[in-house]
Formats: sequence, structure tokens, C-alpha cells
Amino acid sequence: MMRRTRLLIAAVVVVAALIYVIIGGIRGAVVYYITPSELLAQAEQAREKTIRVGGRVVPGSKTWDPVTLELRFRLTDGSATVPVQYHGAPPGLFTEGQGAIVEGTWDQAGVVRARSIIVKHSEEYAPP
Amino acid sequence: MISILGSTAIAAAAVSSLAGLIFLLRGRGRGDQRLIDRGHWAVIALFVAVTAAVVALEVALIGVDFSVRYVAANINRATPLLFRIIGLWGALEGSILLWAWVLAGYAALVAVRYRGRHQETVPLALAVLLGITSFFLLLMLGPASPFGRLSPAPPDGRGLNPLLANHPLMAVHPPFLYLGYVGFAVPYAFAVAALLSRTLRDEWMTVTRRWTVAAWSFLGAGIILGAWWSYEVLGWGGYWAWDPVENAAFMPWLVATAFLHSVMVQERRRLLRLWNHALIIVTFLLTIFGTFLTRSGILGSVHDFTQSLIGPLFLIFIGAVLVFSVGVLLLRRDEVRDTGSLPAYVSRESLFLLNNVVLLAIAATIFIGTTFPLLAEAVAGVKLTVGPPFFNRLTVPLAMALLILMATATLLPWGPAPRGALRRFVGPGLLSAALVAVLGVTGVRGLTLGALAVIIFAAAAQLAEFHRGARAVGRAEGQPYPLALVALFSANRRRYAGYLAHLGLALALAGVAASSAYRTESDHTVRRGEAFSVPGYLLRYDGAALSRHPDKLVVAAAVSILPPKSLEAAPSRPAAAVPAIATLYPSERLYPQQRTPIPTPAVRSTWRGDLYLVLLAVGPDGSVVLKAITNPLVPWIWTGGLLMALAGLISIWPGRRG
Repeated sequence: MMRRTRLLIAAVVVVAALIYVIIGGIRGAVVYYITPSELLAQAEQAREKTIRVGGRVVPGSKTWDPVTLELRFRLTDGSATVPVQYHGAPPGLFTEGQGAIVEGTWDQAGVVRARSIIVKHSEEYAPP
Repeated sequence: MISILGSTAIAAAAVSSLAGLIFLLRGRGRGDQRLIDRGHWAVIALFVAVTAAVVALEVALIGVDFSVRYVAANINRATPLLFRIIGLWGALEGSILLWAWVLAGYAALVAVRYRGRHQETVPLALAVLLGITSFFLLLMLGPASPFGRLSPAPPDGRGLNPLLANHPLMAVHPPFLYLGYVGFAVPYAFAVAALLSRTLRDEWMTVTRRWTVAAWSFLGAGIILGAWWSYEVLGWGGYWAWDPVENAAFMPWLVATAFLHSVMVQERRRLLRLWNHALIIVTFLLTIFGTFLTRSGILGSVHDFTQSLIGPLFLIFIGAVLVFSVGVLLLRRDEVRDTGSLPAYVSRESLFLLNNVVLLAIAATIFIGTTFPLLAEAVAGVKLTVGPPFFNRLTVPLAMALLILMATATLLPWGPAPRGALRRFVGPGLLSAALVAVLGVTGVRGLTLGALAVIIFAAAAQLAEFHRGARAVGRAEGQPYPLALVALFSANRRRYAGYLAHLGLALALAGVAASSAYRTESDHTVRRGEAFSVPGYLLRYDGAALSRHPDKLVVAAAVSILPPKSLEAAPSRPAAAVPAIATLYPSERLYPQQRTPIPTPAVRSTWRGDLYLVLLAVGPDGSVVLKAITNPLVPWIWTGGLLMALAGLISIWPGRRG
């Protein structure tokens, strides 16, 4: 009986420690996914935090300089639009008018500085 | 025509499955051998019927029959033959069919292999397998029919997603993954059958262990091949992103690894019986959960998945399996009591327990990180993701703990540790200290050096065991060392294959550590004939060429690797005149079904690492933008991972002694 109790206590301690560490870890690593409207609505709280903004790439808004590798475009959810700036080449499958998600920070100038661009990852391809 | 054949085959499979269930359960209930035999035949009929459905879909795919909706949606006339064939697993319905086929194949194997043996358990195990198959057949009869028709048939199809049609690894990664994933249904079926039939004399364990090792090996190979595919195709120079799809495959592998270790404690000490049953059940549940994650559309959005019946059906199925399994376990919990006891606190047995704790902690971390965003969206309506930092921060220290346990448990014998046991640590300790010192001198620092030290010690411990055994055999039988090593391995195949898998893990993790710490990435805009350098390489851009293929246009840039010092030796010599060591062709591929080109990286691998080139853009003036990534030791990951899978298969390969 003693042995069982000790084992049980050990198990509870291990599980509690793990849950504590996991919850602490998740808090620090959560990245919120918001739309351009939500971003503009909470512009001040979102400033300089890592966020994911999802929307449609506004047709005609994409400019890319192959020498400086500066990519700029605007993301919209229909009602609000935010400018995005990215250093690097547009990823494969990135198209104006299509959905894209960018991860980065919302800077003082009101531009999303993207660290990565995620094109909707789906194995079933549907033509526009 | 093919649609009708295919649908008929699936209906026939469903009938066989139900008939088999009835024969097996009734036959077992009445002790009627003839009925049980009929049940075995029904399982074989099921396999034949599902095979017919697979053949029908393949005929439609290869023959580009666009009256089949699945064919029209996933390939087109320009799709090359190989990718038409693998179109079977290019989308949802085909994948479900593949699942059912692999499962029916395993069930048929069980039916043939155990005919007339293990009379209490096998009919029940087959019944469980038929129950699972029935669910997948139900999906195909309802919302995921691979043989839905299009009328009139369109003149051409949409074509495969270019990312899937881009690399031959796509031909092998999914089949291995499915062989592994689905393979865990067999040990699960035997575990449940043993519980239900009260055949608890540990005999199911022998049967189950081999099947679990097979599934574990296939799943491991599938995961590694998937990582390799993503590295070769996606162009970001990485191989693992803690994406839910990857996690879904990794979790059952981790829990199965825990089982493969704790089952040894059961064999030796008659301990952990309930625990082992639970591990197998959890492994199987995780495979179904993973299939649900990847196949229900829930990852796009929690709200997406209710648009089809597939998600809710999966949830019901998972719930049913969970309730059934836990119910069976609780019903029999008093009968699976352990009869032995742990020999000592410091023993291989207790280290195996800790190994289980660590492996499950890793699996739990990944599970929570993967499901937290789904829960947050479903409960609070907040969309969020849990990024790679979370997974790395928690799994890296756990992996280090796992390696230390692995090294220690390998060096300690079974039972209470004898007094001289510490001496066994001296050899591998000295060897790894020397190697770590060399790494320190070459400039490896900090946490990376610490991680590599642990990895090297874990590998050295395995080598030391091989060495100790071979020396003993050589002395006892007077054989020369290499022969003694071979004799040792073949006489104790299971044990030493285990150490080989450990070595594979150490190799793979060395690759992960080095490529995470010392990866470099740079972008270069270069003109034709211009040389540029990236860490460790001197490169020259030699011009781009356009080529037309039936299914795509390819713009490939030729980039030559030059001898690193060639320009310093003769500064006046023009870069264009230096002979190249090798030439890489990173390219952009334009598929008609896609408006933007897909960059396809080019990789040159040596044992020291990779040079990874991506063509980002071709400028109007003939210059190109290239991304150059240097990634040390990446090939070690593929080698080590596949070595682990191979070691698993070696350990269960039939022979004189298991």
C-alpha cells in the first residue's frame, strides 16, 4: 500500500509540473490570428506584438523590387485594409486576390512587418 | 462504368465486413469452428473487394476518366503517369480508400497467419479490425465516395496540386505513413481481444509486440520521408515546422515507442500490464485522432469541418472507440493485476519507467500545443496558433533527458545494478569527452555543445555495448573481432537491433542540433558569370534556361560550385573561366493550373551538410535572385531516421531466433 501511495504521489507531482510548464509555455508562444478590421480596432494593444493577420491580397497592391527584395502589398477582409511589408521573395502560390496569412509585428507607422507569409496550405487545390 | 464497378466493390466490401463480423462473433460464441472459418474467408473477401475498388480508381486515374469526379478534381491530361498513380492519395476520398485498403490488407494477413491458432483471441481481434474497417467503408458509402460521377464529363481535369506533383518522394511518403498509422490497429485489436477473452497470460504481448514494431518502423520511415519531402519541395530550407499535420503523425509514434520499452518490463517482470494495454489503446486513438485532424478540414477552421459529414462522423467514431476501450479496460482491471515487483530503484526497469514518463510528456506537450488552438476557437471563438517556440522550448530539454536515460539504461543490466556497473560508463564517457573537446576547439559553444555532448554520449553508450558483447563472444569462441560482432548481432538480433535504433536516433538528433544552430541563409542578386560566396562555398551563376514539359514550364538557373580558394590563388583570372566542381539547377516551375510559379530548390548533399539553393526571381536584365542556405549535417537526419526504421524491421524479421 505504501508503495502504491508513493507511486501515486510521484505521478501527481510529475503531471502537475508538466501541466504548469505547458500552460506557462503556451502563454508565451500564443500568436493571435486577427483580421485587418480587428487589427485596426485594437491598434494600440496589438502594437509590437507578434500577430497573424489573415485576409485577401488586394489586387494591384503588390509591388516587389527584385534588387532590394522589398515586397509590399495590402491585405483586406472586405471592410478594412492594412499595408504589409516583407523582406524576401513572394512565396510560391502567392497571388493577388487570393488569401494569405502573414505573421509579424504591427509597427509604429501602422505597417505589418511580416516575418513570414503563409499561403493557405491545403492539399486540395480549387481554381479561382 | 468504372464508377459503377468501384461503387459495387465498396458495397461488396461492406457486405463482407458485416458478414465477417457476424460469422466471427457467433462462431466464437457457439464454439463453432466452421463459422469462424467462414469469418476468416469473409475477411479475405473484404480485402479482395477493397483491392478491386483501388484498382478501379487507379484505372480511372491512369486512363484519365474525367467522368469520375475524383479524377477530374485531382489530375489532368498533362499529369505524368507516376503522379496519376499517386493521385490515389492526392486528396480526401482516395486517402480514405487507401486507409481502408491497408487496414483490409492487415486484417487479411491476420486471418491467414493465425488460422486455427489462438482460438480465443483471433476471432475477436478480427472482429475489432472489421469494426474499424466498417467505419471507413461507411465514410466511402456516404460523404467521402471516391466514385462520385460527373455528367457530362469535363474535357480536362484540374490537375494535382503542384506541390504534390513535384517530387518522387510523394510516391513513398504517404504509403509508409499509412502502413504505420493503420498498422497500429492490429496491436489494438489484439489488446482488446485479450482483455475481452481474459487471455491475459501475456501471450498477446508476443503477438502484439511484433506488429507494433512493424507499424512503428513504417510510421517512423513515413515521418522521415515526409520531412525530407517538405525539405526538398517547399523551399524554406527546413524539414519540421510543428505543423498539426506533422504532429498528428509524431504523437502515435512517441506513445508506441514508450510501449515498445515498457513491454520489455512486462515480459521480464510481469509488471505494467494495465499500463501496456493503455499505451496501445492510446496509440491507436491517436492514429484515429490524427486522421481526423488531417482529413476533416478542422485545421482550416473549426467551423469549416461541419460543412461535411466527415468531421462529425469521425468525432462520433473517436468517442465510440474511446468509450469502448476504456470500458473494456475498466471491466477487466482487476484481472490484469501485476504479479511481480520492481527490483530496485536503480535498475534498467526503473529507467524504462522514466523513459515512459518522458516520452508521454513529449506526446502530451505536442497534443496540448496542437489541440489548444482548436479548443480556443471552439470554446472562446478566438483564432490563434501556438508557434514552434513553444514546442522547441518544451521538447528539447525532454529529448535531452530521454537521451541520458537511453544511454544509462543501455549500460545498466536488468535487475538491481551490480556494484561494478559504474565502470561501464568509463569507456563511452572518455570517448565522448574527447570528441566534445574536439568540437569545443573547432568553435562549437554553449547549449549546442551541451546538446551535442549528450547526443555523443548516448551514441557512445550504444557502441560500447556492441564492443563489450563482441569482445566477450570473441574471447569465448576464439573468433576474430568482426566475425564476433556479426555472431553477436545475429544471436541477439532483437537486443542489438534496439541499440542500432538508438544509434539512429542519436545520428538524427545530431543532424537536428547542428542544422538548427549553424544554418546560414542569404539572398543574392547576381548577373550571369558573376561569382559570389556563401559560408563554405564559392558559387557562380551561369545563366538561366527555359524548358517546356507536357505539364509545366521550367525556368532553371545554373549555379556552379567552384573550388573555394580558386579565385584567391589567381585574382586576375576571370571567374567564368574556373572549372566547376558541380552545377545545381534551382528552378521555378509554372503549372497551367496555377498562376504563380512554384520555386523548386536544388540541394547538394555531402556527409558534412547541404547547400540549398532557391531561385527567387528572374529579373528583366538577366540577373537572378537566389536564396542560398547552408545546412550542416541535414543528411544525418534522413540516415538516422531511416536507420531506426530499418532496425525495427531487422528486429522482427523472421529467422531462427526472434
